[in-house]
Amino acid sequence: MAELSISKIRKSYGDLEVIKGVDLEVEKGEFVVFVGPSGCGKSTLLRMIAGLEDITEGELRIGDELCNNVHPGDRGIAMVFQSYALYPHMNVADNIGFNLKISGYPADVRQEKIQKAAQVLQIQHLLDRKPSQLSGGQRQRVAIGRAIVREPQVFLFDEPLSNLDAALRVEMRMELSALHRKLGATIIYVTHDQIEAMTLADKIVVLDGGVVQQVGSPIELYQRPNNIFVAGFIGSPKMNFFEVDVIALHDNAVEVKGTSIEPVKVPADTTGIVVGDKMTLGIRPQNLDFDPNGPVHGTIEMAERLGSETILNCKTADNTPLLAVLDRDESFAHGAAVRFSFAPVHSILFAADGSSKLTA
Amino acid sequence: MDNIAGQKSSLTWAVHISVVVLVVLWLLPTVGLLVSSFRSADQIATTGWWKSLFPQEQNLVIRTERPDAQEFIDGVYVLEGNLFELGDAADGVVSVWGTSSREIDAYSAGETADLGDKGLLTIQANGDYRFENQSEFSGSRGQRVFMTAVSPPSFSLDNYRNVLFSNSSSSSMGKAFINTLTVSIPATIIPILIAAFAAYALAWMDFPGRALLVAFVVGLLVVPLQLALIPLLKLHLGVGIGKGYLGVWLAHTGFGLPLAIYLLRNYMVGLPKDIIENARVDGATEFQIFVKIILPLSFPALASFAIFQFLWTWNDLLVALVFLIDSSGDTTVMTRQIIELLGSKGGNWEILATAAFISITVPLIVFFAMQKYLVRGLLAGSVK
Repeated sequence: MAELSISKIRKSYGDLEVIKGVDLEVEKGEFVVFVGPSGCGKSTLLRMIAGLEDITEGELRIGDELCNNVHPGDRGIAMVFQSYALYPHMNVADNIGFNLKISGYPADVRQEKIQKAAQVLQIQHLLDRKPSQLSGGQRQRVAIGRAIVREPQVFLFDEPLSNLDAALRVEMRMELSALHRKLGATIIYVTHDQIEAMTLADKIVVLDGGVVQQVGSPIELYQRPNNIFVAGFIGSPKMNFFEVDVIALHDNAVEVKGTSIEPVKVPADTTGIVVGDKMTLGIRPQNLDFDPNGPVHGTIEMAERLGSETILNCKTADNTPLLAVLDRDESFAHGAAVRFSFAPVHSILFAADGSSKLTA
Repeated sequence: MDNIAGQKSSLTWAVHISVVVLVVLWLLPTVGLLVSSFRSADQIATTGWWKSLFPQEQNLVIRTERPDAQEFIDGVYVLEGNLFELGDAADGVVSVWGTSSREIDAYSAGETADLGDKGLLTIQANGDYRFENQSEFSGSRGQRVFMTAVSPPSFSLDNYRNVLFSNSSSSSMGKAFINTLTVSIPATIIPILIAAFAAYALAWMDFPGRALLVAFVVGLLVVPLQLALIPLLKLHLGVGIGKGYLGVWLAHTGFGLPLAIYLLRNYMVGLPKDIIENARVDGATEFQIFVKIILPLSFPALASFAIFQFLWTWNDLLVALVFLIDSSGDTTVMTRQIIELLGSKGGNWEILATAAFISITVPLIVFFAMQKYLVRGLLAGSVK
């Protein structure tokens, strides 16, 4: 049975609809990540689950209970805010124990739970400090401690790592992942950072414009995106897209040709495709390989040499940007004409409406 | 390199000079009042307060003891004693003296003056005198002595004793002090209580017409309170509150509320939204959020408004005159008391200075005790 289920949920501010009918099931113990560009509605959706935003339409169930109009404190959720939102006038122990105090737990039980949470997060030595005396990572831990002490059914994280510096972010990401395994908690996590999404999630929900674009495991989203948006959003650097024309149809494959792409045969579901259609060919930068006889033509604008890999920023003849990642160090002359080859199995064709034409 | 953060601005000296000027401007009258309040009327009349720490030269007129205190020792009649003690003056050092107002510097200390048939008068520098005569002293009064003496600085609490504890109704600041406290403390606490609730609602609770209400409150800020004096008093008399403490508390509350709500709302609106939402997710009710999160975090704003309101009610005369003070005079506040002193004891600077200083002590204490809350940033560290 699902720990949390959302059906046909909508949210409007006046005439402006920001969540346009979202359905989602979250299983117990699952780590679900909402990901999407700024303004896609992922935070709004999370806040609706938390009860901080009203639900205009649709149903939200946590456990068995319909929670549309339940007070945030009674939903069995705990939320970690991007800004941590620690209570500045209380020390760490009081911050963590605030909910327990409000719920009327006796002092000794409270103390025990606070200690336990502090132990999990290794912040026992900070319990007497005020938030202003903590570093960013420590504040983050306290904020998480405040959530775990409540033993909620669902944890909600709203971009919890975006205020940390890069090194700390990697460290906290690993800790979050470990914490999830240790607690076996159900977690809904919002981020705009797709690396966080890929590394943490059991299930990623890609949102754009208030609509769920795709739900699936990270690798599924990477390998079999539903549409051009998901394909472009998941994966770093971004997938290359080329305008192509269909020149021939084969069994489970389509032969396409573009201004800078010599005819290639790409495996695809051919239903609904006719010769002469305009389509989009997606190739991940990692799948492009430098090859003097390859079908993809470009001119090098800039080569980023990172030591372990080289990122080539190129342009095609019709000014489409083209990125290629070579897993070796190599130097290239600026402005040099280059050609790439790719494995057609790893490329994806998208129809004019953006949907992907993957073979079944 | 001039504009790098952390470097001293070239205007630092201007800031320092302004600070010094402001401090001096504030300190001069305050210290002046304080020092004057410890000095006697004579001292105030002869020298300024800034000279009070140095010995000062005074001209005194003191009479020796009356003839009936004379003793007959070794064939002469003698009057002996200390002139400073007799004249009830502070000890000093006599430089010159005389027995006539025309020649007050006829003799120096230690000299003996031959006053003819009145006898021989010797005055030492410390004020000891010896007046001797072959024949018996007669008359009812002692000999007048004019002396020029240098007295060391002296201060006393006599003025405070007079002003605070004398029983004559015209100068009883003690009672007025208590009355003023009775007005000010509730008149500070009541509006803060009401305004804090109102400010929270206006800042963080969604209800229709909230923006209009805020605009209305801001509008009330510019309404002069004089407009409301007579209608309010009529209302008070009409509903039976009459003139008294309750009336003046209500009036101060009403006049203070717009500013209080405005200040507190603006402060509370600036509190991080996340903290309040987090408390909500933590299960706190609106009231718990208000009491446990908003109020503690708003302490600097509450304190600064409390200071404003307390000082204003403490120094208020107009509202007290209209709503409180009746003909019995039992509820006179200090501002009114000082006015009466100005009328009845306008020349007694020592009384006025003391009364004035009594009335500013409490504001000074309040300010110095609370000023750190005006500048403290309690929010540091809550959100990144």
